[in-house]
Amino acid sequence: MTYDVAVIGAGVVGSLITRELSKYNLKIALLEKCNDCAMGATKANSAIVHAGFDAVPGTLKARLNVRGVELMKRFCKELNVPLKNNGALVVAFFEDEIHHLEKLMARGEKNGVPGLHIVGREELVALEPNIGERAVAALVAPSSSIVCPYELTIAGVENAVTNGAEFIRNCEVENIQSTDEGFVLGTTQGEIKSKYVINAAGVYSGKIAQMIGDNSIEIIVRHGDYYLLDKSQGTLVSRTIFQCPTIMGKGVLVSPTVDGNLIVGPSATDIDDGGDVATTSEGLNGIYTSATKSVPAVSLRNAITSFSGNRAHPTTDDFIIGSSSVNKNFINAAGIESPGLSSAPAIAEMVEGIMKELTGGMEKKVDYNPIRPEPVRFRHMSTEERAELIKKNKAYGRIICRCETITEGEIIDAIHAPAGARDVDGVKRRTRAGMGRCQGGFCGSKVVEILARELGVPMNEITKFGGQSKIMYDRTK
Amino acid sequence: MLNYDLVVVGGGPAGMAAALKAKEEGVEKIVILERAQTLGGILEQCIHTGFGLHYFGEELSGPEYAGRFIELVEKTDIDVFTDTMVLNISDSKVVTAVNNNEGLMQFQAIAVVLAMGCRERPRGALSIAGSRPSGIMTAGTAQKYVNIDGYMPGKKVVILGSGDIGLIMARRMTLEGAEVKVVCELMPYSGGLTRNIVQCLDDFGIPLRLSCTVIKTHGKERLEGVTIAKVDERLQPIPGTEEYIECDTLLLSVGLIPENELSKDVGVELDRVTSGPVVDEYRETLKPGIFACGNVLQVHDLVDYVTEESQIAGKGAADYIFGKKKGGTFINTKGIDGVRYIVPQRVNIEGTEKLKLYFRVGQVYTGAKVVVECDGEILSSRKKVKLAPGEMENVVITPEMLAKMNENSEITVRIEQ
Repeated sequence: MTYDVAVIGAGVVGSLITRELSKYNLKIALLEKCNDCAMGATKANSAIVHAGFDAVPGTLKARLNVRGVELMKRFCKELNVPLKNNGALVVAFFEDEIHHLEKLMARGEKNGVPGLHIVGREELVALEPNIGERAVAALVAPSSSIVCPYELTIAGVENAVTNGAEFIRNCEVENIQSTDEGFVLGTTQGEIKSKYVINAAGVYSGKIAQMIGDNSIEIIVRHGDYYLLDKSQGTLVSRTIFQCPTIMGKGVLVSPTVDGNLIVGPSATDIDDGGDVATTSEGLNGIYTSATKSVPAVSLRNAITSFSGNRAHPTTDDFIIGSSSVNKNFINAAGIESPGLSSAPAIAEMVEGIMKELTGGMEKKVDYNPIRPEPVRFRHMSTEERAELIKKNKAYGRIICRCETITEGEIIDAIHAPAGARDVDGVKRRTRAGMGRCQGGFCGSKVVEILARELGVPMNEITKFGGQSKIMYDRTK
Repeated sequence: MLNYDLVVVGGGPAGMAAALKAKEEGVEKIVILERAQTLGGILEQCIHTGFGLHYFGEELSGPEYAGRFIELVEKTDIDVFTDTMVLNISDSKVVTAVNNNEGLMQFQAIAVVLAMGCRERPRGALSIAGSRPSGIMTAGTAQKYVNIDGYMPGKKVVILGSGDIGLIMARRMTLEGAEVKVVCELMPYSGGLTRNIVQCLDDFGIPLRLSCTVIKTHGKERLEGVTIAKVDERLQPIPGTEEYIECDTLLLSVGLIPENELSKDVGVELDRVTSGPVVDEYRETLKPGIFACGNVLQVHDLVDYVTEESQIAGKGAADYIFGKKKGGTFINTKGIDGVRYIVPQRVNIEGTEKLKLYFRVGQVYTGAKVVVECDGEILSSRKKVKLAPGEMENVVITPEMLAKMNENSEITVRIEQ
């Protein structure tokens, strides 16, 4: 197949870039090595839209973070993705840490972060009554928000596909040849030709760049463990609580998620294998201990799951965005670690700009539609709305996931959506079926059944997340 | 709005027994709301035998035991909605439910029986480190795949937790041709019934390792193995005792949690130990007119006791509906010295009937005495050959004992070695 643009990697960065480019009359392929989008760092991070006080002024991180916060509002509105502006606090536990808060505030102001101010213990307790006893002061960042990173990514891919982009799953890029017309990509789905290549391969972006002989990108895989706690803990704090960075490290955050859970993490260990997302007992113990310093009431009795993600830490310490020095038609969007989610809309905008320059102007589609329709969310509806909905389609009358109140209709929608779910985890990320406290104990087998029926395959071909991750083997005797 | 005297939430053995008892007591309009496609609850996937020894005096399979009650329900005019999920119970006892036939329904009840059963504790609650591949599931989920759907979830199996479902599944998977390598139990004793350890593990030569747990899972896509280790008295893994076991399936049988989300929403007070509602001897919660029975109240090991308990709740609900429920003076029961909890938590000292206090112990005892005491007076003391956390026990309180108590009394049950 021949394309104008091939985007490698369907994380939040690749998906939003694809979506921005789908405005134009371009033939675009979004290549993903897994069975779904949002399978790398995108599905396992802190889910925060950072205010932007952390990055060093003048860096890409600083510029794109602040711009990203601005753009995120429009992106989420158009894509119908919940975004909650809950604010953030950086908490100091010792008097001498306050000067660090002041430094962060000055840095943030230089970056253009609005509304930063420092509060003492009394005001801090008024803001967050469950804050730890040792907290003495905090930097308040009102513009910090929370968003679900995979929901944003899924919505981005959906919208891009609706606007004509092609989403190719299970398509691992194995080699790239530069030709006069552009590039030939050898993939696990066969040969793909493209005039332009955008490298958004996350922890593998160094490896992908090397395929065209660009050895400038060095990525360190930084591993982080997280706990996700039950919704009963989701109201312990209303803001995202960071700890004042010390020589001992950045500390862990405690934050509500946009879906009402509580997230705690991450740890940070550098590892070799970008695909190794096994949690470690050291990491998990560490974040728990650290989190209770911020919010002592955090209780692992209410943990519903733990997980880990690998961040692509660039040795340059800054995002690497721009045409490769080896071939200008190969654009890197690499080394995207925190604040990568926050910056993703701005990265997409920046890559769009680079493409405009390279192509000498792109022609806009007349029928481009930036709106991704809001999926049915039965759990948020009133009794009257629910009754009305079921009258129209009976599938919304059958609850499959008890913990999260997810209907069969929503699961069917998720499977048949553009770039829809193909596996159990895909259904879970799109609908939240299996995301609750029983972790799919009740609905797991029903989701397998629905997937098999809707995709027209036997139940034992359904996987948890593609590849060899089958749920069942053969029939019983 | 549909008007009913009694709305029963859940059509498993508890809900059916409660509804039938209420019918027998003369309650006219009763409805059972069940989320599965048939009545019977979890018994439908429990195709092994061992049910009904106490209640029917014969050994039945789960579906057979349920079948007897389903037949009885069908002979009455009790309304049944299956494939129907209850979304909410309001303070004024309006039960909102939904299914794909009738859509959204609202039932105004005089009394409600909560009989939602329990769910299994998932992996996430355990914080086992490692990868999250396919092949890790609760024993009950595996049971459904094998017994209902007809699929094998794997071939080489490790089971964590020696609860009854884990033990039953060890045998079931073996009979279906899988190799069950080991059953690991964190505690120094099994949480399952002795008869299940003998019939499901010993008879098949499956090793049970006590004070042992899974500390890590391996395999990126499909489970490839687990690391197990011995634990010390504080239940912490002992360094140096790690052992890698190759397997493609890890089944978890690590506890059951009463499913009380609906109860909590309507403001029913829960017991911290049982995770079920606080009830009196009629199984009425602290919300008047709302009753609870079966595994939503306390996790049982024998369905026979569920039936017994649910009949009490059914009778209680009927009395409430007919305005016959006596007031009285309620005092608390309390488990101490090895007794983890007691159900019911409250007892009417003006009661005129014999009642049973159900309880579980926190560890294994041999030759210990169960002592019931009130106001410094020993009401009963009975020596037991063996007491184990996996087996629910009970003591009897007679009206004569109650007659001696006053509003400040407290009944305690304790273990004396």
